[in-house]
Amino acid sequence: MSLLSPSGFETPIISAERITARFGEATILADVSFQVHPGEIFAILGGSGCGKTVLLKHLIGLYRPYTGAVRVLGMDIGEAEEGELIELRQRMGVLFQSGALLGSLTLFENVALPLRAYTDLSPAAVEEIVGMKLALVNLNGYQNHLPEELSGGMKKRAGLARAMALDPEILFFDEPTGGLDPVTAAEMDNLIKSINTGMGTTMVIVTHDLSSIFKVASRVIMLDKEARGIIAEGEPGLLRETTRDPRVIHFFNRQAGGLGEEEK
Amino acid sequence: MNSKTGVPAIYKFEVSVSGGGETTLAVFGRVSLKTLGRFREDVDLLFQRSAPQELRVDLAGLQYLDSAGALSLLTLRRRAESQSIPFRFVNAGEEAGRILALLDRATLHTPPLAPPQRPANLLEQAGESSRALAGDFLRVMEFVGELIRGLVFSLIHLRSVRWEDVIFYMKRAGMDGLPIVSLISFLIGLVIAFMSSLQLKQFGAYLYVASLVSIAIVRELGPLMTGIIVAGRSGSAFGAEIGTMMVNEEVDALRTMGFDPIRFLAVPKVLAAMIVVPLLTLYADVFGILGGLLIGVMFLDLTVYSYVDWTLWSITLFDIVSSLLKSVVFAALISGIGCQRGFEVRGGAAAVGSATTSAVVAAIFLIIVVDSIFAVILHYVR
Repeated sequence: MSLLSPSGFETPIISAERITARFGEATILADVSFQVHPGEIFAILGGSGCGKTVLLKHLIGLYRPYTGAVRVLGMDIGEAEEGELIELRQRMGVLFQSGALLGSLTLFENVALPLRAYTDLSPAAVEEIVGMKLALVNLNGYQNHLPEELSGGMKKRAGLARAMALDPEILFFDEPTGGLDPVTAAEMDNLIKSINTGMGTTMVIVTHDLSSIFKVASRVIMLDKEARGIIAEGEPGLLRETTRDPRVIHFFNRQAGGLGEEEK
Repeated sequence: MNSKTGVPAIYKFEVSVSGGGETTLAVFGRVSLKTLGRFREDVDLLFQRSAPQELRVDLAGLQYLDSAGALSLLTLRRRAESQSIPFRFVNAGEEAGRILALLDRATLHTPPLAPPQRPANLLEQAGESSRALAGDFLRVMEFVGELIRGLVFSLIHLRSVRWEDVIFYMKRAGMDGLPIVSLISFLIGLVIAFMSSLQLKQFGAYLYVASLVSIAIVRELGPLMTGIIVAGRSGSAFGAEIGTMMVNEEVDALRTMGFDPIRFLAVPKVLAAMIVVPLLTLYADVFGILGGLLIGVMFLDLTVYSYVDWTLWSITLFDIVSSLLKSVVFAALISGIGCQRGFEVRGGAAAVGSATTSAVVAAIFLIIVVDSIFAVILHYVR
């Protein structure tokens, strides 16, 4: 696994180019453009309904943009052929909000799924790698458990183990700390940071967990529902200090914004 | 609340007008949810009787105020302000003041964001139904195309098929369904034999019961009843399973891992059904004939030998083969539509429920339609 792309960190690993997303008549995102650089932890923030999950689904190729393009690892995922897309998907891992583990398979079988589909590894080798992935997320020993037997936090970690099965270059997270208690959430933050540091994996995180953002993200973009696009971009600490935009201020400082007069 | 019913006043007004033309409305007692209607009426009366130039509401005598009561007071204020009458509250106690302040923000009147739901008239409903039906047909056709593609791919690349899943569904749809399929066809054979014997008694032609039962069961009722049972058991199960996976984002996860959901989820189910349903149908045929046999031997004085002999004489190889062919087609229809309905699910539990129902209903409908088509075709082929 390379830590730097061959051309250095100048080439963006993900490039969103003027994306417009629509559902029927409603435009959720209008003309959104940004780039993600290799190795960074990039967070997508915003209030409820701002379109961050929609944007994520565009980045991972589940939706095609109404106009615009998404370029991942140099390939336009909207235009890619089936074979190319399947290859690209092996270099990306996704952690869905509740883990999205296949309910009828054990943890072992879930994590082994991509390994068995895309590699020629012997069963013994697969077992070793699955054990290693589960250990990385502190789930050693849970190979034979079914997803329904696990807590929410454990399901997320198992989902992460599966997303990392092929050592992808990019990992996508949809609200990784959503619904977790503060301790488990902090553990998830630490996990994300350590994988990024240890493996150099680029991370794209959709979240509105403030403490996560400041602890983990190297760069953020903030989406807004009315603006239907990005209203702030930059390093989170710096943004919090220097922004004048009231929407951004309210978000970072956990203030109620816009609902009547300020309490004096 | 109607002031005519004689319910004692829980609050009362005292209206006085000062020299400078200011009307004071002093409120005493309890202003609450229970008095909401009455309060509004009394306010209406107030505005009718005395057109106040200025209004001052004295809350000193207020003993109880809840949020509905506060709403009444604020509505009164809004009404005054809309008529440009200067308005103020005075002597509001601490608690009353807090409730009024809380509601003050909430009563900013927002028109509803969505237009009111009005029931569609008949023409609109007809239009909507046709659109929905056409859309549904298109989506089913798309799915059928993808499914056929997936099936052909699987038959060429046999190793790509998830055989453990195929075997699992074969057990679920086939073996587990054996008891009920056998029981129902046994009973149907029994009933047919019994009912027909009542008529054939007149001609002393009990032996024809054997051929009637065997022909009816093997040609029509065996495949049909088996199909309906499998639709109820397995068609719904497939729909519910895939639908729930849609809700849990498991299907999305499969797509992001580069798997084709139809090849991964639908093909094993369809293959399993197409293998196992003909076998179930054979079982149904045998048990149906056994049901007739029971009646024949116990009530119609037939011997086992003669019954079986007549049965075998009545059905031809063509009957059996066409019956099995029908059941293969039924299997594909049932499992296909079950999976398709599952993939349509968006949302939550309610959507899974309606997809499951739709899977069973659509499957039964398709089975009956295709059965009729087969009846016509086979008639001419014979």
